[in-house]
Amino acid sequence: MNQNYSTAAQRSSSAIATNKVLRSTYMLLSLTLLFSGLTAALSMFMNMPPMTYMISVIGGMVIAMFVLPRFANSSAGIGIVFLITGMLGFGLGPILSMYASLPNGGNIITLSLGGTGVIFMGLSAYALATRKDFSFMGGFLMVGFLLVLLAALANIFLQIPAMSLMISAVVIMIMSGFILYDTSRIIHGGETNYVLATIGLYMTIFNIFISLLHILGIMGNDD
Amino acid sequence: MNWMEIISALALVMFIIVLLPATRNMMKNSARGTSADWMGFVIPVVVVFLFIMFLVKLV
Repeated sequence: MNQNYSTAAQRSSSAIATNKVLRSTYMLLSLTLLFSGLTAALSMFMNMPPMTYMISVIGGMVIAMFVLPRFANSSAGIGIVFLITGMLGFGLGPILSMYASLPNGGNIITLSLGGTGVIFMGLSAYALATRKDFSFMGGFLMVGFLLVLLAALANIFLQIPAMSLMISAVVIMIMSGFILYDTSRIIHGGETNYVLATIGLYMTIFNIFISLLHILGIMGNDD
Repeated sequence: MNWMEIISALALVMFIIVLLPATRNMMKNSARGTSADWMGFVIPVVVVFLFIMFLVKLV
């Protein structure tokens, strides 16, 4: 009997811990997205050159891969997350300025933003409602992501527009998988650090937005 | 080929090299999903694909 109470108490405490990670992740994610929006607006206002995007993305990725994991368990980790997301947002400025200058640029940006929000919220709700364990997808998603990086590398030399469109579509599919995988990891206690969970989800949102912008930009200006 | 493309290519090569060991590790240690598990992934991804097609129609 005592053992049953003990197991129930352990389950309850684990569920509370999971909910806390989930709540903290979504809170930090909302703040970082807002901060990215501000830095993107600042970058547009400052009329930054296109190379800002490349420098910001490479810099942000390097910090996320090599610096953040060392500070993820300290309060400095939160500052580093804001640094990364601020840099990525700042890099978006010239891209947004370029799309805004297109004939239906405003429409493309609005649809990409709205589309990204719908995809993220829909997939998160699906993972949260079904509580399915998507941990089996880890290897598959990583291999898919590596193949996309290889294809993107090849296309720098090949310069095939259809291939870049295909890469963007595949990136959205893979990032959709990562949303399910990351959310499921939080729900099932596989990810207990909300700083790392936030940066993972932020990267998926960022990649979906950029890819959607690319697809809608090409398809919306084919005449 | 301009310098921005060269830097982008070098950055991609670096990311591939850094991610390769983690990918191998995940391939070895990931649980195997059943066909029902995979359907739980395929269906939402197909919905996302259809949603993108809808957005393309809107633009």
